[in-house]
Amino acid sequence: MKIKPDEMLKINTKPPKAHWMDVPPDFSEGKYLYPAKPKTLEYLHLPNPRDWSPADEDWKLPENWQKIIHDGFKERLDKYRSLKVFMDICVRCGACADKCHFYIGGGDPKNMPVLRAELLRSIYRNDFTIFGKLFGRLAGARKLTPQVIKEWFSYLYQCTECRRCSVFCPYGIDTAEITMMGRELLNLIGVNINWIKDPVSNCSRTGNHLGIQPQNFKEIIEFFCDDIEEITGVKINPSFNRKGAEVLFVTPSGDAFADPGTYTFMGYLMLFEHIGLDYTLSTYASEGGNFGLFTSSDMMKKLNAKMYHEAKRLGVKHIIGGECGHMWRVINQYMDTMNGPADFLEVPKSPITGTVFNSAASTKMIHIAEFTADLIRNNKLKLDPSRNDHLRVTWHDSCNTARAMGLLDEPRYVLNAVCNNVFEMPPSTTREYTFCCGSGSGTNTEEIMEQRLRGGLPRANAVKYVHDKYDVNMLGCVCAIDRAVLPPLMDYWVPGVAVTGLHELVGNALVMDGEIERTLNLRMEDLPGAEGDTDE
Amino acid sequence: MIVNILMSLVAVVVLGAIAFAGGSVPGLQMVFGIWIPYAAAVIFLLGFIWRIFKWAKSPVPFRIPTTCGQQKSLSWIKHNSIDNPTTTKGVILRMFFEIVTFRSLFRNTKSRVIGDRVSYEWEIWLWLAALAFHYSFLTVVIRHMRLFLEPVPACIGIIETLDSFFQVGLPVVFASGLVLLGAALYLFARRVLIPQVKYISMIADYFPLFLIIGIAGTGLYMRYFLRVDIHAIKQLTMGLVTLKATVPPANVSPMLYAHLFLVSALLIYFPFSKLMHMGGVFLSPTRNLANNSRIKRHINPWNPDLEFVTYEKYENEFREKMIEAGLPVEKES
Amino acid sequence: MNEKIKIIAGVAIFAVIFTCPLWINMGKAKEAPVPVLAEKAKAAKACILPKDEMRAKHMKILDGWRNSVVRDGQRIHMVKDADGKEKEYEMSLSNTCLGCHTNKAEFCDKCHSYASVNPYCWDCHVDPNAKKEASL
Repeated sequence: MKIKPDEMLKINTKPPKAHWMDVPPDFSEGKYLYPAKPKTLEYLHLPNPRDWSPADEDWKLPENWQKIIHDGFKERLDKYRSLKVFMDICVRCGACADKCHFYIGGGDPKNMPVLRAELLRSIYRNDFTIFGKLFGRLAGARKLTPQVIKEWFSYLYQCTECRRCSVFCPYGIDTAEITMMGRELLNLIGVNINWIKDPVSNCSRTGNHLGIQPQNFKEIIEFFCDDIEEITGVKINPSFNRKGAEVLFVTPSGDAFADPGTYTFMGYLMLFEHIGLDYTLSTYASEGGNFGLFTSSDMMKKLNAKMYHEAKRLGVKHIIGGECGHMWRVINQYMDTMNGPADFLEVPKSPITGTVFNSAASTKMIHIAEFTADLIRNNKLKLDPSRNDHLRVTWHDSCNTARAMGLLDEPRYVLNAVCNNVFEMPPSTTREYTFCCGSGSGTNTEEIMEQRLRGGLPRANAVKYVHDKYDVNMLGCVCAIDRAVLPPLMDYWVPGVAVTGLHELVGNALVMDGEIERTLNLRMEDLPGAEGDTDE
Repeated sequence: MIVNILMSLVAVVVLGAIAFAGGSVPGLQMVFGIWIPYAAAVIFLLGFIWRIFKWAKSPVPFRIPTTCGQQKSLSWIKHNSIDNPTTTKGVILRMFFEIVTFRSLFRNTKSRVIGDRVSYEWEIWLWLAALAFHYSFLTVVIRHMRLFLEPVPACIGIIETLDSFFQVGLPVVFASGLVLLGAALYLFARRVLIPQVKYISMIADYFPLFLIIGIAGTGLYMRYFLRVDIHAIKQLTMGLVTLKATVPPANVSPMLYAHLFLVSALLIYFPFSKLMHMGGVFLSPTRNLANNSRIKRHINPWNPDLEFVTYEKYENEFREKMIEAGLPVEKES
Repeated sequence: MNEKIKIIAGVAIFAVIFTCPLWINMGKAKEAPVPVLAEKAKAAKACILPKDEMRAKHMKILDGWRNSVVRDGQRIHMVKDADGKEKEYEMSLSNTCLGCHTNKAEFCDKCHSYASVNPYCWDCHVDPNAKKEASL
């Protein structure tokens, strides 16, 4: 990054003189996401595949694009009460303004949630309200011009749908809901981004966002098992696509692909081996995440359908889901409605502790943190937290698990059982007030690095606070996107802080049956003290 | 953006002036005193109901509460049953606190970048002003019921007694009227003084504020300075609510008509404006739904049937590679 | 369906509250009360100010009287009558006002309660006529 942190911190919060409707969006290099490739859209049967760039003057919109947007807007108003109510009741009190991480880190007034919503509201007023039709701009309405589409594209992808603003809104107006509808509308005219559409098309075809084919998926996991054997001396042979297993385990494919998520995946494998869980992985339902959520409800449904479909085919009793943020938004708030009822599954019951998870009585799917917390509570795991003693850990609540689910204390319980040094960040930045990593909702791509670093500032700054105060050197989280994007964020704002998933820490602390004396952690780094012991 | 303020102000002043002038003309008192208030009441009521039903017509396809606390999961983890409710009772409590105490607004913080630190401080003034504004408005409305009910119920007397707790002035000063005017002025001032809020403010924000300031102003002026004949006014208001409306005696100040007309304007404007947040807050899906979609299936009435890549299609594409890798398959070829 | 019922119920409650003055008053609408003059008051013909002014200002005058009596010890209110003759009144609610208007309930209270005005005069002052009744 060319801009140094101290320059990045000079944030101009003064709104421009011109009315916001007259300020055009910035499409200089580095300020926009790359559009989806025509091939990808064709594969997904999505409209208007073409070669184009947001930097172009002409976006090659379909001929009747205004009508498509108008009709699409109307359809969504009729389908979603949330949209209709949120379009109507905002009083512009401004309470949401400085709750958005992009606004805090960048100062662009269109990143205030209220103004982001106004981008759509202005069109809504023009097309669907009496005052808007009568008084036009005086009533806050404006005509749908190509510049509006450009503005939508720019700012609807400068929202990570983290819902922090909706915690503070006196009417619970959720910008994520508005952004999701706006993105659906843009999809109708072929204005979409590659970083979302590629994973979506991969996921359709290979079962996961990264396009990992079945044989490679198996190889990757086996590779993890080799590492685990080297570290612990325990040989693990996980099964794939096995019918008759008790549990299907689904986690985001990011954990199979890139560090440090891979270590978290190893943690899952070690845990399941240690407790003797009868489970299987699927190469078909090999994606927990769902970039369909960032496209349209239809796409979300199609990608999510695989989980129940595969669970039914394999005849498992229930599903355990791995650490992922938006995956759990989908599972908690959409899955059962979209693809249920899962009446072919049973209410999840831990085969180890006998605990029945009535909180998932209908979805039949539990979060691994819930599962592990229950194991620890019932003393089913032998843990040596001192193996994590060189770590001083703070906890990042992921937006979706915090504000679209409420998974707050389960991971903390596990964390405190496997680590001795845990420090909380300031309360205005954790739990339901948690800050986004700055790269959620399909925007975790390189071309907009400045936007990501700015959006990640509030989170990083809170980490810096505990880093300075308590020497925190590890940031824990339960989200695959976090694991992918927090490392560069930390390197930029708080060098010296690494990122880990919860079950990597569990894997390190877990004392497995028949294991050798551990000298390495899951990252193949020497455990502190292990070296020293031989010296003495 | 100054234009927005000026236009709103001019609109309210013109409305008030028209009614003041009209109220001074004996023939028009009928219009401003009787017909317009009737029309306003009818438009308000029907408009309000129309708007609610318009919202209600759209379904709530997904269960999307914003969870602001620990979910219900394991029995030994303390569940936040209000901010992350799973039952109707929890939702009712959450809505109660939201509507009665503006709980979400109470959370308000102000963030600033100071040096290399992003700092957050609790910002209570917006919440306090909003609370003062709404409750004083409510009190004023309830107190006005003395003009619409005969005999005046005891509870209104009690509210009046509490409202005039300090027994200052003559006629005794009701705190609510002053608080209403003060809070409305504060809300206006922050709209103008906070650059971000000014940037987002529209005529739709200033106009109702000025209307309310105008209503409060004319009301206070009549009570404390003009000392209008309350007895005569009650004859008008009682006539309105018993459907036997008559024009009050000529000695009633035309200021009454300005006051009445601004109230009528507010009522007429209400259902078509952001003021409908009064009804909308009850229908907000992020607040009025329980976070129980893992426990009980939420039904989407338009849940579409969509074709997705089934396992069969997947295996057809990758069968050979799967067999080669030793993965189980449904069909060998 | 359940949800539709809740919304209809909510709207119904709102409509009932908004229209409550209509149905609370229904059937029992009373004419506005007119203050009744007692015999003595009728006989006196004139008060300290003309009727309309008294109507609008009596509370202000009484407030002035209280301050004048309590703070300055000044108890005399001078009035010029129609012929330009000066007349003295003692500043006293109980003696002067109620001395003429001997029917507090009919003269004062009726309108006060109609307009829901609760003057705190009677926190200290007594109605001499009522006292008589009570002591009987």
